Amino acid sequence: MPTIVPYSHVLILAAILFLLGAGCAVARRNLLMILIGVEVMLSAGGLAFIGAAMRWQHLDGQAFVIFIMAVAASEVAVGLALIVYSQRRSGTLAADRYDLMKG
Amino acid sequence: MSIYAVMFYVLGAVIVAATALAITRPNVMHAIVCLALSFVATALLFYLLGAPFLAVLEVVIYAGAIMVLFLFIVMMLETKPDEKILGPSRRQWLPVLALGGVCLIVMVVFLLLAAGGPGPLPLVTAAPLAFGRFLFQKYWLAVEIASFLLFVALVGALYLGRGDGTTGG
Repeated sequence: MPTIVPYSHVLILAAILFLLGAGCAVARRNLLMILIGVEVMLSAGGLAFIGAAMRWQHLDGQAFVIFIMAVAASEVAVGLALIVYSQRRSGTLAADRYDLMKG
Repeated sequence: MSIYAVMFYVLGAVIVAATALAITRPNVMHAIVCLALSFVATALLFYLLGAPFLAVLEVVIYAGAIMVLFLFIVMMLETKPDEKILGPSRRQWLPVLALGGVCLIVMVVFLLLAAGGPGPLPLVTAAPLAFGRFLFQKYWLAVEIASFLLFVALVGALYLGRGDGTTGG
């Protein structure tokens, strides 16, 4: 039977993607880019789950990816609606401009 | 090294490069296009890792629905490119980057030592029929809850996106 790569390589790839997404969500100052970072993080989590499903030859990991996708879809719908709402109220997409409480 | 391993590394390099490009673009539109490429490559990787149904879903949901939704919002809001990508000062990010790099190195070493398991992954495929049967036999309640979550998200998005009544929206 042909083989692919060790499971650890899949985990490392997923971790690098997750860190890229987390860095985007933390460092970028645009509300849309913050949401994009969260999407990248969710996708990286799905990649780790699929690798785990293959590592243990069990379908549970793939079933979880379905639910991750449902969470990602609902999160992006509500998140974008929130962004549109706050842009209407304050007229900006820069996260630094939401400083009404001077935090 | 088998041809499948080469495909894995090539796809992984494409995904990381496209994502790194995406998160550094000042223009959100360019970032979304790069990210769509990253998600298509991720779908190919899912296919390689034995999940053809999830590969299709990745293209349809992530690269299709979510990215198009982002595109609509970007075009609707007429965003300008960010003048400054990072926060107040670039020097403040140095400790974070250094500590994050240390964490990444430790994790890579740990994974290579510990979680490798018994050799490389075998090339098997979960047929969509078997996967669907498994999903609805073992996780039918979770599927219902996910549908409920999507419904709540729909209602929430409609509520947040409604007009204020004066424009007839």
